[in-house]
Amino acid sequence: MTMTNNNTPTGTPLITVPAARHLTTAGAATALIGTFLAWTWTAEFPGDLTVTGYPGGLQVLTLVGAALTLLLALSGYGIKGLRWLTPGGANSPVRLAAIGVLGTTGFTIGAISVELGGIVNLEPGAWVSLAGAIIAVAASLGLPTDQPLDDTIKHNPLDRFLNTLRAPAPERAKDLPNWAEILIIAAAFGVALHVFTYGIDTEYAELFIGYIISVAFGFTALNRAGLISRITRLTTKHRNVTLAAALVAAFCFPFTQQNEQYALIGANILIFATVALGLNVVVGLAGLLDLGYVAFLGVGAYAAALVSGSPLSPVGVQFPFWAAVLTGAAASLVFGVVIGAPTLRLRGDYLAIVTLGFGEIFRLTVNALNGVSGPDLTNGSQGIPSIPDLNLFGFDFGISHDIAGFTLGRSANYYLLMLVFTAVVVLVFRRSGESRIGRAWVAIREDETAATAMGINAFRLKLLAFALGATLAGLAGTVQAHVSYTVTPEQYQFAGSVPPNSAFLLAAVILGGMGTLSGPLVGAALLYLIPAKLQFMQDYQLFLFGIALILLMRFRPEGLVADRRKQLEFHETGQLDVPAEDAPLTQTTAGTTKAGA
Amino acid sequence: MTTQTTTPTTTTVLDASGVTMRFGGLTAVRGVDLTVNSGEIVGLIGPNGAGKTTFFNCLTGLYIPTEGKVSYKGTVLPPKPHLVTKAGIARTFQNIRLFANMTVLENVLVGRHTRTKEGLWSALLRLPGFHKAEDASRERAMELLEFIGLQDKADHLARNLPYGDQRKLEIARALASDPGLLLLDEPTAGMNPQETRVTEELIFAIRDQGIAVLVIEHDMRFIFNLCDRVACLVQGEKLVEGTPGEVQADERVVAAYLGTPFEGAPGADEVAEVEAAEAHAGTTAPAETAPTRTAPTKATGTPADTTAPDTTSTDEEGTR
Ligand SMILES: Nc1ncnc2c1ncn2[C@@H]1O[C@H](COP(=O)(O)OP(=O)(O)OP(=O)(O)O)[C@@H](O)[C@H]1O
Ligand SMILES: [Mg+2]
Repeated sequence: MTMTNNNTPTGTPLITVPAARHLTTAGAATALIGTFLAWTWTAEFPGDLTVTGYPGGLQVLTLVGAALTLLLALSGYGIKGLRWLTPGGANSPVRLAAIGVLGTTGFTIGAISVELGGIVNLEPGAWVSLAGAIIAVAASLGLPTDQPLDDTIKHNPLDRFLNTLRAPAPERAKDLPNWAEILIIAAAFGVALHVFTYGIDTEYAELFIGYIISVAFGFTALNRAGLISRITRLTTKHRNVTLAAALVAAFCFPFTQQNEQYALIGANILIFATVALGLNVVVGLAGLLDLGYVAFLGVGAYAAALVSGSPLSPVGVQFPFWAAVLTGAAASLVFGVVIGAPTLRLRGDYLAIVTLGFGEIFRLTVNALNGVSGPDLTNGSQGIPSIPDLNLFGFDFGISHDIAGFTLGRSANYYLLMLVFTAVVVLVFRRSGESRIGRAWVAIREDETAATAMGINAFRLKLLAFALGATLAGLAGTVQAHVSYTVTPEQYQFAGSVPPNSAFLLAAVILGGMGTLSGPLVGAALLYLIPAKLQFMQDYQLFLFGIALILLMRFRPEGLVADRRKQLEFHETGQLDVPAEDAPLTQTTAGTTKAGA
Repeated sequence: MTTQTTTPTTTTVLDASGVTMRFGGLTAVRGVDLTVNSGEIVGLIGPNGAGKTTFFNCLTGLYIPTEGKVSYKGTVLPPKPHLVTKAGIARTFQNIRLFANMTVLENVLVGRHTRTKEGLWSALLRLPGFHKAEDASRERAMELLEFIGLQDKADHLARNLPYGDQRKLEIARALASDPGLLLLDEPTAGMNPQETRVTEELIFAIRDQGIAVLVIEHDMRFIFNLCDRVACLVQGEKLVEGTPGEVQADERVVAAYLGTPFEGAPGADEVAEVEAAEAHAGTTAPAETAPTRTAPTKATGTPADTTAPDTTSTDEEGTR
């Protein structure tokens, strides 16, 4: 019943388990109290950490982290009403959360010292929190492991330490009434929206880094505690509710944004994420490595720009928006079929190289159609500027609107428009994926020869995936043209520092989780947000991006969001293999009592 | 389907004539003629590298034969695998080729591909027929899983199935396309004797559903038990074809398997024993070779006949 099995991380324990638990709790509480004191004497360090009794900026992150550690630690005592927090393991989450607090606090202290010139600039509050965090981390190491060391792990200190951060998957929870489960899903999305908005609203790089540290450790802690998998179970059970909740949460986002700049980040993330999801049809489902996908976004954007009525558009027409969308989608579709038909007979690496080539051909052709080296169709490298704002049903997207006390700026308007397109793409991805066509795509990805022997016309289905992917990107492109005012060939490169490019799109899919619905959305959000927030790293962006990818592929090859299949593919635990229904009865009862607590 | 009879006058399901396959200078298959009639189980044997799998690949359109033609129920087949499957020939692979990261049920559903029509629009708009077709596919797939006995593992990933189950799943996946002819490439390779027995019964059951079967196998006891007719391929050429008894007695077959001709014609029993030993040397326990049977006399292969060898074999299994 209790999660404690008595193998401590380091052979002979320095302190007893109860003592370790008390100390951890005390440390977390100390760190929490410290955030209410001043950390530095001057408001020069951003966020104003000088006020006593009112945590601000990075202090808030330490505060939240410490509170989480405290809760998890208390849950470890088996206190009724808190036990639901840790259905997986009670100790590894505490360790992770404590390390997260130490990371955030340590980072803040470092940042203050460096920026203000020396540790003399710190006030006692910072030391209190740091001491609390250190005590919590040190003491939490004395807590038992959740996951017994198995023999496959080499018993060197690092592996032993990493093992103390793992926890077994939680048992199945007791079924709650439907409304309660739906409420939990809604609450989870509320929290997610809040966390996401906080990240977008971070005003300075220090806060964003602290935010990333806190979120990474906090999320992992909750994951080890088993809460994430419980929620995932609920979301897979109520999928339509989940989709609706996600849509509502996304819809609420612009209403939380009073800052035009941050709303624009939101709109761009949405565009990027939508295109990444489109690419996921091609790469994730059908297994076609497309390195030139951004060209389809470009085709859609250019098509929309040409018929937008821009004064500098060589085609002097102005289509209504719906017609422009159809034009963009159709142009991308045609382009996709034209490129796909000859290339899709190739397999694997060859296809990747050819699509890479076609992506560049698009950019070069657009550059060349400038009236000098070719017919004037695109203004060449000038691009098509001054794309007018949309006006749908009398709603001018270019100006601010006051709706129910909220002000929606230009970017917020486009964000909401884009959200409609994202919803369409999500629906297309899900419905096509779960059908005869989707199964055929996955079959081709798995084994093309066997798939053809099962009666699947591989070429036709690959072309279908390719064309569908292209169309979806084209759709997104039609909105993108309006959001960014201007389309130029340089926006649609293979690799560049501004996110919607082929390399970043592919990275978003792989990082997020191939073949999953939420993976590319998460991956795209991260890949857009991190460079946008850490402007000072611009020069090293591709370098850091490469390192991040290598680390990810080493430690989590299935991506951040793993579908069940992928998880099994890369980590052969065999555990997950058992379908939920097969859980032995004895276990289920144990789980019920626990969940009932 | 049960009305199918196995009288010699039944229709020809598969007619391959003069099939030749060359890879550069190597002729893997040389002018092979083979017919399979409805309600028949035909065996294809031959030493390693004889060209059996290559012949299968020619039949199913994975290879385009250099010469010769293949027709199914009177129509010449185009050398395109998906069209061959659509016409009614399904197959399994010697080296198992399941969709490893799909579930057992999904694997079978993929097999239904040719027999369902729902396209992308139907899936996207969830047109009225969509759910009906999807449910029907699922129902049929579950039926097939029950038929091979994997219904309890429908949600498992194919890659996590035990070896024997993977082979059975390949058969179910092939059956999902409602074939008129099933090609099995070494369906019992790597199986233990019990599993082999189960597979044998499975193949009889498939035949009883009116599906003709062409099977490659190295396990001679299995082949001679199962088949109405056996063809032996050696170095790409068809050496002999006939009832199991005839093939078993043919010294050229023995010579092909052992490499040297025998001094003085051996009796049929000895031949079978030697062949069984040969076939099992690598894969199964030596005990497997012990029982020698007289040549099965089930050339006509009526259902009543087929049950007889079954029971005797089961007895053997039990006494061992
Ligand atoms: N794609 C190919 N290219 C070149 N040679 C091939 C090809 N496929 C098969 N061969 C050759 O054709 C010959 C027959 O091979 P095949 O796999 O058909 O034999 P088999 O009778 O199935 O043998 P086994 O009993 O070992 O399965 C072999 O010599 C093989 O090397
Ligand atoms: Mg073979």
